[in-house]
Amino acid sequence: MAGAAVPTRLVGKIALVTGAAQGIGRASAQRLAAEGAVVVVADANAEGAEETAKLIRDAGGSAKARPVDVTSADQLEQLVREIVAEFGRLDVAHNNAGIDIGRHPTLVDTTEDEWDRIMSVNLKGIWLSMRAEIPSMTKGGGGAIVNTASAGAFKAGPGFSAYGTTKAGVVMLTRAAALENSGANIRVNAIAPGMVRTPMLESAFSDSPQLEQMLVQMTPMARISDASEMASIVAFLASDDASFVTGATIVADGGSLA
Amino acid sequence: MSGAAVSARLAGKVALVTGAGSGIGRSSAQRLAAEGATVVVSDLDLDGAGATAGLIEQADGTAKAVALDVASGDQLERVVAEIVAEFGRLDIAHNNAGIDLGAYASLVDTTEEQWERVMSVNLKGVWLSMRAEIPAMTKGGGGSIINTASAGGFKAGPGRGVYNTSKAGVVMLTRAAALESAAANIRVNAVSPGMVRTPALERAFAQNEQLEQRLMQMTPMGRISDPSEIGSVVAFLASDDASFVTGASIGIDGGGLA
Repeated sequence: MAGAAVPTRLVGKIALVTGAAQGIGRASAQRLAAEGAVVVVADANAEGAEETAKLIRDAGGSAKARPVDVTSADQLEQLVREIVAEFGRLDVAHNNAGIDIGRHPTLVDTTEDEWDRIMSVNLKGIWLSMRAEIPSMTKGGGGAIVNTASAGAFKAGPGFSAYGTTKAGVVMLTRAAALENSGANIRVNAIAPGMVRTPMLESAFSDSPQLEQMLVQMTPMARISDASEMASIVAFLASDDASFVTGATIVADGGSLA
Repeated sequence: MSGAAVSARLAGKVALVTGAGSGIGRSSAQRLAAEGATVVVSDLDLDGAGATAGLIEQADGTAKAVALDVASGDQLERVVAEIVAEFGRLDIAHNNAGIDLGAYASLVDTTEEQWERVMSVNLKGVWLSMRAEIPAMTKGGGGSIINTASAGGFKAGPGRGVYNTSKAGVVMLTRAAALESAAANIRVNAVSPGMVRTPALERAFAQNEQLEQRLMQMTPMGRISDPSEIGSVVAFLASDDASFVTGASIGIDGGGLA
């Protein structure tokens, strides 16, 4: 899906991608690197992050893997400090780390532990990431932040209540950050993916064989997207092609919300 | 604003842009051509369309100017038939032709004639355009349609009732067309610009000196965009970089709706 001709809009830029050990984050890191950025590949899974960095370097790009837990403000502050120390600046951040709770309970059946855990990664993690990134970008004269929300932020779905709520929060957090930082020349936007073939989704398919067919039928484009189709949107938002786009959420769901 | 490095994502594509005699449409036509598309530049104002085609040809692009009133179903059918006859296909359409009342008027003070005129161009014109384009794209195996809506389609503004209503209609028309045409491999999306430095806006500034300052203050990014900043989003939506994006409206408003 990533067309043969990838533009080179991000030459000289320093980018951070969280949750980049797999799925959307890995594809995003690869695409940003293919467009010329130096990419810091961050994930709680250090081994997966290293694999992504290796894929990028094998393709001729520049990448460095770093472990990070986005629920830890200290780790995020330290990571951003290290990026600025080593590369001199931070221009692009794709705050993408997110989790599913691994089962699909109703709100009534959701435990407090599950609620706290998904909120701390998917919502507070994005806030903490931006809190660490924005001062560095401001010092550098500006930047572009892309947060991973979800089509589930706009439409409730059975078993996705806590997840959808975190992602709706990401949409508003994105708007708030855009408003606060436009004076610092920092654009803040979100992507809202629908169904994407990621390890997270593949594991749901293995739990429920009918799920894949059902999800395909629910999508007007009648297919599940490839992670590279999200990465191309991230690269657009990171680039000057989106120079007047801020506070926006780009839905990429094959028409499900149409 | 249109970055130095423009990619060639649209080589071999045939594109139609309406309202391309000036402003956003002209800029979009230039950008689509710069990315490799053959662009049919249409406008009610044939001189303006000719000037746009001339600019494209001077930059080594391929363009053809045609006169077109988008309020006429017959003219649209004929233009699309001519495009298919001459170029063999239609891959991309940017339905951009739109008008303003030329004055701010409350709904109570709006005449029926004004209502009919704005609706016939801004809303019915987009429908008639798609009605003519979709069958040709379907025969060609797919395509990408971009409609020009407005940030005003999401937020009411004093004196803008009819214009904004027409643009909110474009947002839903875009969703409806996306849903209906997904199976034909046609993606349909909208751009929703905020303030853009177009000839229409420059005329308004000439009439009201405080307006420019006021509009800049209302925009978090503190400036008015250049039409090229809309053209770059149109090119993104037209390209395979947006391969899973359909039914979406992308706000390009410097944070105005954040």
